[in-house]
Amino acid sequence: MWFPRLASDRVLRTCPVEAPFALTLKEQNAERLYCLNIRAEQAGLHRGMSLADARAFCPDLVSRPARPDLDARFLTALSRWARLYSPWVGVESMDGLVLDITGTPHLFGGEAAMLADMRARAARAGLELRLGLAGTRGAAWALAHYGEGIALPGDEGAALSPLPVAALRLEAEVSTGLERLGLRRIGDLLATARAPLSRRFGPDLLMRLDQALGEAPEALSPLAEPPHYGLRLTLPEPIGLVADVMAATARLLGPLCERLKANGAGARRLQLTLRRVDQASRQVELRLAGPMREPARILPLFERGIAEVDAGYGIDQIRLEAVAVEPLAAQQIAIGEARHEPERLDDLITRIGTRIGLENIRRFLPADSHIPERAFTLAPAAFSRPEGGWLNPRPRPLSLFAPEPITGRGNRPPDRFRWRRMALTTGQATGPERIAPEWWLEDEGWRTGLRDYWKVDTREGRRLWLFHTPENPGWFVQGEFA
Amino acid sequence: MRTGFSSSFPLRRARVHEVCGPGAFAFAAIAAASATGPVIWVREGWLADSVNPVALARFFDPARLLLALGKDQTDSLAIAEEALKDGAAPFVVVEVTRPLDLREGRRLQLAAKAGRATGLCLIPEGMGSNAAETRWRATPLFDPGARDSTLMRWESIKNKSGTLGAWHVRWNEETRHLNVVSPAGERPGSADLPG
Repeated sequence: MWFPRLASDRVLRTCPVEAPFALTLKEQNAERLYCLNIRAEQAGLHRGMSLADARAFCPDLVSRPARPDLDARFLTALSRWARLYSPWVGVESMDGLVLDITGTPHLFGGEAAMLADMRARAARAGLELRLGLAGTRGAAWALAHYGEGIALPGDEGAALSPLPVAALRLEAEVSTGLERLGLRRIGDLLATARAPLSRRFGPDLLMRLDQALGEAPEALSPLAEPPHYGLRLTLPEPIGLVADVMAATARLLGPLCERLKANGAGARRLQLTLRRVDQASRQVELRLAGPMREPARILPLFERGIAEVDAGYGIDQIRLEAVAVEPLAAQQIAIGEARHEPERLDDLITRIGTRIGLENIRRFLPADSHIPERAFTLAPAAFSRPEGGWLNPRPRPLSLFAPEPITGRGNRPPDRFRWRRMALTTGQATGPERIAPEWWLEDEGWRTGLRDYWKVDTREGRRLWLFHTPENPGWFVQGEFA
Repeated sequence: MRTGFSSSFPLRRARVHEVCGPGAFAFAAIAAASATGPVIWVREGWLADSVNPVALARFFDPARLLLALGKDQTDSLAIAEEALKDGAAPFVVVEVTRPLDLREGRRLQLAAKAGRATGLCLIPEGMGSNAAETRWRATPLFDPGARDSTLMRWESIKNKSGTLGAWHVRWNEETRHLNVVSPAGERPGSADLPG
């Protein structure tokens, strides 16, 4: 199956355009046409043309940027659709599918009827489709790209003879070279002696020819089905006790974790759906602080969520699904060794996270700023790694708070001041340390301009961080030292 | 006196302690520095004062610190109990904003015993629980002539299994060690402090 205009068909399916349409892709600093519709081709445009040239040819051209990644996803979706015809579906380059339909055509009433069905369905979906059916993958490719049709097994030679040599999936220079020698059709190639051909063009040419004729094998590698991490348990009698639901969950968790282990993955988010007898369903979501796949570790984490569920008249179906999965390599567990510390901490974070939300467990990360309150950031611990690099070139207060104004005048710290209803006397003052606002960031607090910071040791004991704003005279307390 | 301090300061493990006074943050940082492994600091999300990790680096590596932000004290206590019971983090700091009753204090104590973790409640003056193992008051002291001084007066005002006392201490940043400076009462300037 070949979709000659896969990319533009994909876009046009969602927003039909009754005009020449093209997708463009930036190649070597020039926008080039990547895929176009029939109207555009009739206007004389072709692939690889630069967009500027195309516009000159055809002023009413509608163009969009191409998204090869979405095209690849679309092709994967199509491969799932093609499983309708055969369980063996593989992807062929960027815009084709290969189906091994051995043993399935009779289900559709023969090969021809099957191809007609494919064509009808593709047309309904708005896709242009070219089909080739043959006993070998190479011959099917040739037929799909150059002239559509069915070649019965053993008949490939005859069916392919009239097709141009490019139908053999050859490199461009090889097919041009063959054409220069006057070997334009596959039939010409079949009539030529093999030895000089392979001397002149290398073994690839003959390999492709043999593959097309079925003399050399070519395997089809079907796409692997993405693993599905969901399990269901239906109960003959409804259950309602927390312990029973936990036991049922444990029964599901075991096989799920086995499946995760076989695929080298760990669950990051699990969803437990409890269907009650009255058809209502309750969901328990468990977000884990790290990928996990040990049932013994996960099960206790569900306890809190399950205990909160209202079982109503009872629960008769339980479904457990790993909604988010992350790769998790196998780890060696030393015999007799206590569990890994980071793992234990992850468990703890998860358990606390079920109560206050995983985002509310945070860790400090250093940030590159000389503004004291921006010299660090708070990041959720479950989604970040600890970082080093805490530079402390100048003393910083242990506790920081929003600036609290005090009375003071001049550019030296006041000798006596009141702060938080305490009368304080300056014993010694160290400073000033001038910090300029980061003008590229909008910050209400720094509107007052420069700050001269002083460390003031009071005779009463408190060591405070004061600052003076020379541009808008005023004194503030912003922190306290240890 | 010196022996008295070493018998009560590295805080006894598997117990919950309390500290009040203006030097409570520093006390918590120094106590956490003397433990190993991750430190969980439980506080309520709305509190305005924040602990500054840049300054914390003077005491211990802030990478060890995890902050758990609950929405009220019930949350804080539940998190603290969970963390203490688990023991994955050997040191847990809880900021308390209203008095703990005996039941709450006792639950924390039992959790600490189960997880063999040390707990430290930062309490406002006079809001301690009777279940606490020790209670301290930390007050910074004026240290004339010294720059970047961390001189503090640590007073043990409750001790279930030991004697009470008061000590002047100073954090040594180079060796990451706490130095006991001189017994209380012998320094000028300490006499006028309440206590």
